[in-house]
Amino acid sequence: MDTAAFRRGVRDVAPLLLGIIPFGLVAGIATVNAGLGLPTAVGLSVVVFAGASQLAALELLGQNAPLTVVVATAVVINLRLLMYSASIAPYFREFTGRWKAVLAYVLTDQAYALSVASYRSDRETDRKWYYLGVAVTLWAVWQVTTIAGALLGTGVPDAWGLEFAIPLVFLAILVPAIEDAATGIAAVVGGTVAVVGAGLPLNLGLLVAAGVGITAGVLTESATGGTDGN
Amino acid sequence: MATNYGPVEIAGVVAVIGVLTYACRLSFIALFGRLDEIPPVVERVLRFVPAAVLAALVLPSFVTLDASSFAADKFVAGALAAGVAWRTEDVFATMVTGMGVLWAIRFLL
Repeated sequence: MDTAAFRRGVRDVAPLLLGIIPFGLVAGIATVNAGLGLPTAVGLSVVVFAGASQLAALELLGQNAPLTVVVATAVVINLRLLMYSASIAPYFREFTGRWKAVLAYVLTDQAYALSVASYRSDRETDRKWYYLGVAVTLWAVWQVTTIAGALLGTGVPDAWGLEFAIPLVFLAILVPAIEDAATGIAAVVGGTVAVVGAGLPLNLGLLVAAGVGITAGVLTESATGGTDGN
Repeated sequence: MATNYGPVEIAGVVAVIGVLTYACRLSFIALFGRLDEIPPVVERVLRFVPAAVLAALVLPSFVTLDASSFAADKFVAGALAAGVAWRTEDVFATMVTGMGVLWAIRFLL
């Protein structure tokens, strides 16, 4: 184990924890609000370990949406992990299959962004242990904060409107996802369709909105000649 | 807002979402050497997933077309938080602004 690289990872991720801690608390509180208990909060955080999809699944379960809609919505939200997996894969190629399985489990937006930025810089670092320093810290903080949120859950008054913190978290992640005109169109169309389709049967609003928004983005890109974002 | 699903159904949903999410994470990391890059057609679609999905998650919480459930406090708080998110791209600053404005409207005005 390269402890220096691990520690550097922990140090680099520390500022991001300011955003993760309230996010994790909200994910725990949302579990209780959906009428579910601590085991579900822990199950989601350990088995799924992807905040946005956990929150969306909890909201749909709370509204008794069909289970297929719950699963499909959560998986669509997590499709972006495919992009991270493809982008980080060359840096992990020399590791054993077992290590790859472990490294993949803790792959998140933040672990991906910090690690790839570090690999691309000139700084010489142990790839595996730097990544683990970032990713395992995020994992541990996520588990602790969702458990704390689930325990705290029922004690928070309704008037505080804590569930409003959820779209605020997504809002902050949405802005960097809008990279150019085409992704901007995808966001505007996806958001608008979601508002208009809020009353759709079976809680299909989000899935339909995502599908229409993605299509609008693809069409915009081909209409404008497919300029590459990078 | 409490669910009517039982513990077995909930555990099943968690397991299925977990397996599919892990498959997304492991996919290209495990396949590297055999499948080095996302096929261009797939990548062109995947590129729009975060923007479309996140916007669809966010906007209905700030705006509703149904006049009876439209909440002016959430609309104002959401609009100001969007401004802060745009300028800072910071989760914590966005959350502090949105919740701060919501509470100011609810408890101070």
